[in-house]
Amino acid sequence: MNFFHPETLIFWTTLFFLLFFFLFLKFAWKPILKTINEREKSIEDALAEADKAKKEMAQLKADNQKILNEARAERDQMLKEAKELKNQIVNKAKEEAQVEAGKEIEKAKALIQSEKQAAVKDLKNQVSAFSLDIAKKVLKDELKDPQTQMKHIETLVSDIKLN
Amino acid sequence: MTNNIFKFLLLSVLFINVGIISAQHDAHGETTSHNEATVEKNEEAGHDEKFNPSDLINHHLSDSHDYKFDIPFFETTFYLPVILWTDNGLTVFSSSAFKGDEHGEVVVTKNGQKFVRIHDIIAYADKVPEHAKPEEITLSQRPLDFSITKNVLSMFFTFLIILILLMYVRKAYNKKGVPKGIAGFLEPLIVFIRDDVAKENIGPKYQKFVPFLLTVFFFILFSNLFGLIPFSPFGYNLTGNIVVTFVLAVIVFIITNVNGNKSYWKHILWPPGVPVILKPFIALIEVLSMFTKPFALMIRLFANIFAGHTIILTFITLIFVFKNWGVPFASGFATIFMYISELLVAFLQAYVFTLLSAIYFGMAVKEEAH
Repeated sequence: MNFFHPETLIFWTTLFFLLFFFLFLKFAWKPILKTINEREKSIEDALAEADKAKKEMAQLKADNQKILNEARAERDQMLKEAKELKNQIVNKAKEEAQVEAGKEIEKAKALIQSEKQAAVKDLKNQVSAFSLDIAKKVLKDELKDPQTQMKHIETLVSDIKLN
Repeated sequence: MTNNIFKFLLLSVLFINVGIISAQHDAHGETTSHNEATVEKNEEAGHDEKFNPSDLINHHLSDSHDYKFDIPFFETTFYLPVILWTDNGLTVFSSSAFKGDEHGEVVVTKNGQKFVRIHDIIAYADKVPEHAKPEEITLSQRPLDFSITKNVLSMFFTFLIILILLMYVRKAYNKKGVPKGIAGFLEPLIVFIRDDVAKENIGPKYQKFVPFLLTVFFFILFSNLFGLIPFSPFGYNLTGNIVVTFVLAVIVFIITNVNGNKSYWKHILWPPGVPVILKPFIALIEVLSMFTKPFALMIRLFANIFAGHTIILTFITLIFVFKNWGVPFASGFATIFMYISELLVAFLQAYVFTLLSAIYFGMAVKEEAH
């Protein structure tokens, strides 16, 4: 080990150290540290992003479930309502049909009644016409004797049965 | 993986053996390129010339104006430029002018002045006495030496390799910032320094210190690791050189005190929670501790790396000291053990230096917490 001329190495070490320090700084440390920092930041960001995405995913899943449940409930509700409506409509239809039928029946009854009355009236008229004819004929024969006449008429009249 | 590391270490030990041997033959000025022949010659030389392990270790850990490449089979010496600030101004010439001489025998005349080299120190030939020991040469007897020495060149290449690696790291990121290849290995270190060293110890104002801490960490780490690779252009001793660690510690000292806030200076100059009569004494200790902290940084790193290299070299030189067939096995195992622990120390010391720097910065910028 000789350091009998230390100025040699003091001079060159200082020079080289400073020279290469600035070369390293410019060409190595700054770009390398920048790259490392950027990468670390991007990794951190990516992790945070992933976390966020995870949370969003969970949120979305929960939302989906909620929507699904709501949809189910709504469907059930709708089905229920539809059933009710159907029942209602059917019942209403039934009722209406009944009412209608009742009305028809009433009408028919009334018609029948009136027809019947008309028929009866007609019958009465005919009967009275027949009676008159008969009476005329009988009278022609019988009315020779007024007594018999009367008796006969009474008999006839009493025979008539109105329904 | 561990198997590969083990193989690598074994190979490393082999290489360092060879490296030492070649260093040895360089020291003796023998010229052979074949290693076995060198070993024989060394042994022969051992009979008439005493083998001096401390010289060898010193030589290995020292700086040099000649760069001896000790890759086996490709041993060459690169002569590096000598840059001197002399009485006559700047003088530049190749270290080949000394022709490998380290004992002041070859006199080089340049720029109207005569220079000799004595154990890596270049001095004025007419001012130093003959056969002067290196520690006796004063600053007046020699010019200021700003040469590109082996350590200077090694440091430059270390920084350059780190720069290239980091450029790769930068390019290895794709658009999404995912690290590929080498970035996958270096990024954890960068993030570790940023989060566990800087952010943890400095507090919210850590950002501006991160580039410095990263630079210091990677420089120390790579210097330590390259210093362990036992062949050229590695196997140098940068962080085990107290001058280098001194400069690093001074930079830490300057950054700490430049960034010191009111609370930091108050704690040093007028320590709170102390009786008034004691305050000057505590302040004295605090001022002293301003200097002892970076001093400890300097010594810790230097001593750890220097000791590691010395111990490994010592184990290997044992072989040449004892010249017994059993010793290589024992010292080989000891060397492998040391290598593994040095690998740990390389990381540990880089971490400790960075961590303590961060703690000192933290003391300087932290707001009063009570």
